[in-house]
Amino acid sequence: MRAFEYVPAKTVAEATSLLAEKGDQAKPLAGGTDLIVMVRENRRQLERMVDIKDLPEANVLSYSPDTGLELGAAVPCHEIYADDAVSAAYPGLIDAAKIIGGTAIQGRASVGGNLCNASPAADTIPPLIVLGAICVIAGPNGSTREVPAEQFCTAPGQTVLENGELLVSFKIPPPPKNSSSFYLRFIPRNEMDIAVVGAGASVILDDSKTSIVSARIGLAAVAPTPLLAEEAGASLAGKEISDEAIDAAAEAAQAIASPISDMRGTAEQRTHLVGVLTRRALNGAIQRVKEA
Amino acid sequence: MPKKVHVQTTINGEAVEYLCEPRQSLLEVLRDVLHLTGAKEGCNNGNCGACSVILDGRLVNSCLVLGAELEGKSLETIEGLAEPEQLHPIQDAFLENAALQCGICTPGFIMAAKALLDQNPNPTEHEIRYWLAGNLCRCTGYDKIVRAVQDAAQTTS
Repeated sequence: MRAFEYVPAKTVAEATSLLAEKGDQAKPLAGGTDLIVMVRENRRQLERMVDIKDLPEANVLSYSPDTGLELGAAVPCHEIYADDAVSAAYPGLIDAAKIIGGTAIQGRASVGGNLCNASPAADTIPPLIVLGAICVIAGPNGSTREVPAEQFCTAPGQTVLENGELLVSFKIPPPPKNSSSFYLRFIPRNEMDIAVVGAGASVILDDSKTSIVSARIGLAAVAPTPLLAEEAGASLAGKEISDEAIDAAAEAAQAIASPISDMRGTAEQRTHLVGVLTRRALNGAIQRVKEA
Repeated sequence: MPKKVHVQTTINGEAVEYLCEPRQSLLEVLRDVLHLTGAKEGCNNGNCGACSVILDGRLVNSCLVLGAELEGKSLETIEGLAEPEQLHPIQDAFLENAALQCGICTPGFIMAAKALLDQNPNPTEHEIRYWLAGNLCRCTGYDKIVRAVQDAAQTTS
């Protein structure tokens, strides 16, 4: 690996100034499961890695039914799905956290890192989008700003983060009554693979659990960035649960997909999968509300 | 050239100090600086699990950790498993079940199995197979490894 400097930051202010000093030659280090590989393979050159795993703000994992989830950007997947309250409240996020890499990857890889890596196929991004996650970003000179998850990625590997900015944590609203979430992906094997297509859904049902109050749908690996399928979700608002309504939402999701053909799948297959996976994600989330 | 980092840490229960370059992975530090050559380099990108070690109780790929990150941490490697006169029950189970051929994946599998049994002393076959999905073996076809872990679970629990 080419030489770089390693600096563990003790405070958010220290981290942002360490990052700002080096501009695009500095990156924050959380689990390192993407960053270390990229630097080793010379896909990314850095003068400095700023370790953020000692920052309390980036390590918080705190859930309350009233205020929702505060999730530090450096918290590894393993810690998230080991938390029973978080698992019960945000099952769609857990679906994703449990399928990123194998056990050893999940011991290090963070949801924050998955978002900042900005892969179009990132598994945790559709769940973040459908759960309404807000990204809390610290900048130099003590500034902070908040960005909705669906606006964070701007192109493959590119995000809204400016030089010197750090994704510190996520705020995820508490799950509304009669709501749940679901994420799944298509891969040609059982485990340890990258999504050909991924789809997440969150739904709120009425008290009788026969109608949909509102729904959100998120898609991965079918566009340069993960997508919020806004119209697809909105088409379900106020509808009785039916195959027709879900088929219509799946078609609306297919309409915004603009996939490429590559070694994982063709554009045609991916468009087909958007329909299948959107239906399954919606039905999965609805089933979870009914079983709750 | 960035300065070397001075690290004080605990490896297999013993206090250890070393100097490393920031760019050196934990795997490189183990093998090249500390001469603990049990963890193996396979893919060097987190796919094969041959370099698996247990860091603060959690299974990680040592090729995806920087040596400089170890300050104040506690690390378990394959070298810490056996007693002077006695193998660890997981090591015994691998031998008894012939769960290895060439052996290069074995230290990683054993550390992964240990991390599993530490937190789940009675895993199902399904749980074992998913837990070990990040460890690749090109010789055995995995069945013997899964049976060895099942055997070790019976012995240790």
